[in-house]
Amino acid sequence: MRQRCPDRGAGVRHPGDKLIEPMKGTAMKYMMFVCSDAEPETDESRVPDIEVWVAENDAAGRRVTGNVLAPPSAATTVRVRGGETMLTDGPFTETKEVIVGFDILECADLDEAIAVAAAHPMAYAGRIELRPYADI
Amino acid sequence: MEAVARAHRESWSRIVATLIRVTGDWTLAEDCAQDALAVALERWPRDGVPDNPGAWLMTVARNRAIDHLRRAAVEGRKLREVAMTEPGPDDNEIGDDRLRLIFTCCHPALALEARVALTLRTVAGVSTADIARAFLVTESAMTRRITRAKSKISAARIPYRVPEGDALGERLPGVLAVLYLLFNRGYDGEPLLAGEAIRLARLLTELMPGESEVSSLLALFLLQHSRRHARRDEAGELVTLDRQDRAKWDRAAIAEALEILLRTPIEGPYALQARIAACHAADDTDWRSIALWYDELARVQPTAVVELNRAVAHGYAYGPREGLDLLRAISKSVLENYPMAKAVEADLTARAGDSERAAALFREAAAATPDGPERRALLSRADKL
Repeated sequence: MRQRCPDRGAGVRHPGDKLIEPMKGTAMKYMMFVCSDAEPETDESRVPDIEVWVAENDAAGRRVTGNVLAPPSAATTVRVRGGETMLTDGPFTETKEVIVGFDILECADLDEAIAVAAAHPMAYAGRIELRPYADI
Repeated sequence: MEAVARAHRESWSRIVATLIRVTGDWTLAEDCAQDALAVALERWPRDGVPDNPGAWLMTVARNRAIDHLRRAAVEGRKLREVAMTEPGPDDNEIGDDRLRLIFTCCHPALALEARVALTLRTVAGVSTADIARAFLVTESAMTRRITRAKSKISAARIPYRVPEGDALGERLPGVLAVLYLLFNRGYDGEPLLAGEAIRLARLLTELMPGESEVSSLLALFLLQHSRRHARRDEAGELVTLDRQDRAKWDRAAIAEALEILLRTPIEGPYALQARIAACHAADDTDWRSIALWYDELARVQPTAVVELNRAVAHGYAYGPREGLDLLRAISKSVLENYPMAKAVEADLTARAGDSERAAALFREAAAATPDGPERRALLSRADKL
């Protein structure tokens, strides 16, 4: 969106940005990490349906893509050190809370992304991390 | 120069809030406001104070922003847009930018300590050095905290707007919680923060005249603050309410608060807290009314502190045994985190006539309290039994 500014990042903008409402009209991309959690919501009757969530957000153009991921036991961690490729069986950190899926959102701002995340069933059964695309 | 200091207090938030909307750049907005004040400091003593100091500062700050954007080689088309956003009759449509600024600074996606620091710096215009001193951290640590918050607003695109409809009702308590935290930090000994909390609450009542909880919060602050000169003696020791010199109370502040409460409906916890504070500001404390207000407050806000104060109020209204009964009904695990709970139990026990046990409880409470006036007050109570 915004170009890197050599002095202090003030003022230099992509031609598409408007000054009065700098963000209006341009969507912002967020990576939604869908994670498990040790303390899920106990009242299951409140948990929304995932099919409805996907259908609604696809239709509104807020969800670009997304999927459920295979468990961490299927993960392979890759590093190259000194020209040598080193593989580790499993995720790069061993934690109880693991990433079980992801979605890419395209929203007007963080408030809209929060509303989308809060309507996802895994916000109840787990937790969701919203990470904006970096501004490069 | 006093005129510049006053203009700083009165105009800072408006200038910063408008420049953020126009430029989308928080740091640039603050820098330009700061520059405008520096120019005023240089010119006003020489040329005289302008008729409308706020408008003068706004124009200078806006021109600085335009200069900066020009230097940063923005295309001519956008420069025209900036130049065209001079304040005009259509500013009413845009609404008050200060409200946008407040809601954005208090956005729940920011950590509470970041919200507090950012509100003080950006809305209240308090210097980073003063904020750092008030929160007992180094200036560079406070600068990092504020910079990080501003970066997140930009990187995560926290919107610069006042929430509407249901969202406003959800978000307003978070804004008030920031002011409440500021005031309490001030009440505990940092006078700058209490003053700023009152100033911010006053601004918010102007911007949201229809929100009863905002008015109630201002009344609550004014009532608590009215006793600031009576709360400590010459040696800095705490003076409990019943022993305070009432001539030292700020009668004007009390009158203003009572006037606010007369026209403000009771629609939330701050309204109830303000009613309780009003009872304490009366010449004769009506403990039965206070006990009733606490019953109400405990229904809407059943926190440990409220339950504790409710026990105190009932203890004074209906006798220490009533208070001790209520105290026993509060879960032990909840109260273990509050040294004040022991002090309350000690006070009720003393008044119920068991001096020996009361003295022991006062000493226990003192042992769990950090060294300072509160602790010395507790030990002094124990010694007098």
